Amino acid sequence: MPSLNHYLVLSAILFAIGTAGVFVRRNLITILLSIEIMLNAVNLTFVAFGRALGSAEGQIIVFFVITVAAAEAAVGLAIIIALFRHHESLNPDTFTLLKW
Amino acid sequence: MLFYLFATAAVVTSLLVIAQRNPIYSVLLLIASFGALSGLYVLLDAPFVAVIQIIVYAGAIMVLFLFVVMLLNPPAEAIEAHRLFGRRPMIVGSLLAVLLAIELVWALTAAGGESGAFPGASVSSVAEIGRLLFTDYAFQFEVTSILILVAMVAAVMLAGRRSTQEPREASADATIARRGE
Repeated sequence: MPSLNHYLVLSAILFAIGTAGVFVRRNLITILLSIEIMLNAVNLTFVAFGRALGSAEGQIIVFFVITVAAAEAAVGLAIIIALFRHHESLNPDTFTLLKW
Repeated sequence: MLFYLFATAAVVTSLLVIAQRNPIYSVLLLIASFGALSGLYVLLDAPFVAVIQIIVYAGAIMVLFLFVVMLLNPPAEAIEAHRLFGRRPMIVGSLLAVLLAIELVWALTAAGGESGAFPGASVSSVAEIGRLLFTDYAFQFEVTSILILVAMVAAVMLAGRRSTQEPREASADATIARRGE
């Protein structure tokens, strides 16, 4: 029977994988996908703690996190479409307008 | 054991997501990762979360990603190294992520306390979640709906074509009209 610590270690590993994706990849869509991995790791932590404490709040906050993730994905992808239209590239290194 | 099966699947598919150069494979692998996480939610006595994970995340959000990837048809990520830093950002980023994993494991297990099995009592009924959502968390629920509305308007405004040209055309029409007078 897996304990709470098993789930917490798994979510820590998943969160670190998402962070590594943001650090390593140079493609805006993959970076957004890495953010989704991180959000899911946090969701897993909430559900595991909610199960350990016997309360439904852990599942309710997951509901809100998924809603915010949907809003973030919609706005982020709209920004990516607008950027791709101007630069014909998804590499964040090419977006240097605000750099001095 | 089911937990280790789902956990291995989630970790392996997530690693493959960030190892791909082609974003389409990344999106498809992330859907597999969400399926494994949904299985973990079932093991945690949270069937409601498992179902909305599949329906909303894998069904709606990932289809949005896939749609954008196929709409833009972006080239696969360039293999050449960064012109200033070479391969160092990748190595340093991976090392920092491993460091973060160690730190998070230490912090979460120190806070988790007892490592025994879960207590018998669990809240898994959808009715209980719905009752809480519309009584104690009704205000947050309404704020979330406003957030969705704002995000929808923002997405239409940002991605809509000619959103910057319309004012110019309108002013051009105005000057033509003024000249005509």
